[in-house]
Amino acid sequence: MDLGQINPILLLASLMVAATPILLAAIGEAVVEKSGVLNLGVEGMMITGAVVGFAIGVNTQTPALGFVAAAVAGAALSMLFGLLVLYLKSNQVATGLGLTLFGLGLSALIGKPYEGIKAPTMAKWDIPLLSDIPVLGPILFKHDPMVYVSLIIVAATWYVLTKTRAGLILRGVGENHDAAHALGYKVNRVRLIAIAFGGACAGLGGAYISLVRVPQWVEGMTAGAGWIALAIVVFASWRPWRVLLGAYLFGGITVLQLNLQAAGVALPVEVLAMSPYVVTILVLVGISFKGNHGAPGSLGRSFHATH
Amino acid sequence: MRVLKTLLATAALATGLGTAAIAEDKTKVGFIYVGPVGDGGWTYEHDQGRKAVVAEFGDKVETIYQESVPEGADAERAITQMALAGADLIFTTSFGYMDPTIAVAEKFPDVKFEHATGYKQADNVSVYSARFYEGRAVQGHIAGKMTKSNIVGYIASFPIPEVIRGINSAYIHAKKVNPDVQFKIIWAYTWFDPAKEADAAKALIEQGADVVLQHTDSTAPQAAAKEAGNVVTFGQASDMGDYAPFPRVSSIIDDWGPYYVARTKAVMDGTWESVSTWDGIGAGMVGIGEISDAVPADVKAEAEALRDALADGSYHAFTGPLNKQDGSAWLAEGETADDGTLAGMGFYVEGIEGEIPSN
Repeated sequence: MDLGQINPILLLASLMVAATPILLAAIGEAVVEKSGVLNLGVEGMMITGAVVGFAIGVNTQTPALGFVAAAVAGAALSMLFGLLVLYLKSNQVATGLGLTLFGLGLSALIGKPYEGIKAPTMAKWDIPLLSDIPVLGPILFKHDPMVYVSLIIVAATWYVLTKTRAGLILRGVGENHDAAHALGYKVNRVRLIAIAFGGACAGLGGAYISLVRVPQWVEGMTAGAGWIALAIVVFASWRPWRVLLGAYLFGGITVLQLNLQAAGVALPVEVLAMSPYVVTILVLVGISFKGNHGAPGSLGRSFHATH
Repeated sequence: MRVLKTLLATAALATGLGTAAIAEDKTKVGFIYVGPVGDGGWTYEHDQGRKAVVAEFGDKVETIYQESVPEGADAERAITQMALAGADLIFTTSFGYMDPTIAVAEKFPDVKFEHATGYKQADNVSVYSARFYEGRAVQGHIAGKMTKSNIVGYIASFPIPEVIRGINSAYIHAKKVNPDVQFKIIWAYTWFDPAKEADAAKALIEQGADVVLQHTDSTAPQAAAKEAGNVVTFGQASDMGDYAPFPRVSSIIDDWGPYYVARTKAVMDGTWESVSTWDGIGAGMVGIGEISDAVPADVKAEAEALRDALADGSYHAFTGPLNKQDGSAWLAEGETADDGTLAGMGFYVEGIEGEIPSN
């Protein structure tokens, strides 16, 4: 065992890369749930974003366009969900699960011609001056642009939710849709926008896996990341900065345990392998003891304007 | 809405079972896959085997398959469903389907089952596997010659005999040509998770490995090695030729087609019996993918000679003297391992660091 073989700088840098897909998906889902809708289709939207982003990225040789296409694809798929649950009043849990299955199948279909093709490389930003700072430079300022985009999205989400009127309306709709409706707010319209945002973020997260983290298209490649994102939202008590913390914690432990294994640490591998999940569960339990879960009051309930 | 319906129907086809039963006289052959057919590795090759059956028998067979079936309790449901759908012969193509296959086979005595890589047989359950460890010997030889840092990374999946055999075989042959070689092993606890496999490959590379072997099914480690630039990899289960000539310098290719055709034929003829098959390079079940020009010519020649010796049986991949990890004697000079020990292998050979996780 030799912990000296683990380079903490590389470790922290790869932590941010490992955490970015779930961070993107989770921040989107947090907004959706804040508006009172539970969308369990995150996995399906992620994988669709992954394949569409990869396809467009390969065809145009421009990863940036791939990400845009992935966001559009994720949002488009989420609109299917929005239509079903908001206007046809279908059950949110069942529809969300259906969306995941649908997304997995659809992506496999779209992805067939793209198997084994290499992705266009996304240039890493070497931010001048800042990246030369010892230690902090390589950790924070030598990433691909999407890492920074994900951080900006988290900051913007926090700002909009807590500091603006639009955010207040969205939270109001999520806490009590009948009251929001009585005040004259368009409950379904607000929710539809939130669902579209969630879909776009999930699409971006999926494309990050296929264009940057792996990078190639493999069927079923998100392999459950969407479900982790859903857990992170609860973990974070629906707060944007805590979503960031949760995603980095999960990503960090995932990367750390692989590094510890490679370094031959004398801990049972089973313990290391389950550690990301155990830590997530422990924190969830801890939050539950505090009592205040922060779950939006109308979460998962259908809204009928006539009642 | 028609467009939507078409999309949904197509998606259902892509994810789920192929087609429903139509004609009675057709032999129906089912396949249970652990990953998607597009994984580019393990499941891809099993599906190539299924296609070989279709190509051989045409209208006389009907094949059905289900992808990404989790190992464990849900597998039993999937296999049962396939038996209920009228399959005459069912191939369950991952180690973790062993107990579910046996359980379902008891309930359907008239259906024939074939379980890959396991060791539990029954009157209507055959087991079959390939001697992948022969291919690992060739990989180990090349790895030992190619590494400059003397650190070889190994992405292992689950601590089962098949995987442990592969690690031992690769290590023995790397050590033989490079006494300073060291193996760093990561247990990924998955057969297929591209993101995790990529992370594992990166962790190994960051800790100095310049050769990465994998016992997981996706091509993600190949992509990670390609990005790193100076890291050698080998295709796993399938050729992964998209990454040749570098980082992928060779590969182990599973060829299930002839076996699947023979077993389907046996069911058609009524001659099917429960058997245990374990074939290697010689019988063609394990193929060594082309060794690329990134490997020096002399190393390539040695590796090919090793491959041929394994194929004609003049050399066994586990030939003594060999000790177990704890230093106790295992094989004496010139002695070769028997199949029983290999099938249940639960120990590392001397020189490998770390412990095998208990399963």
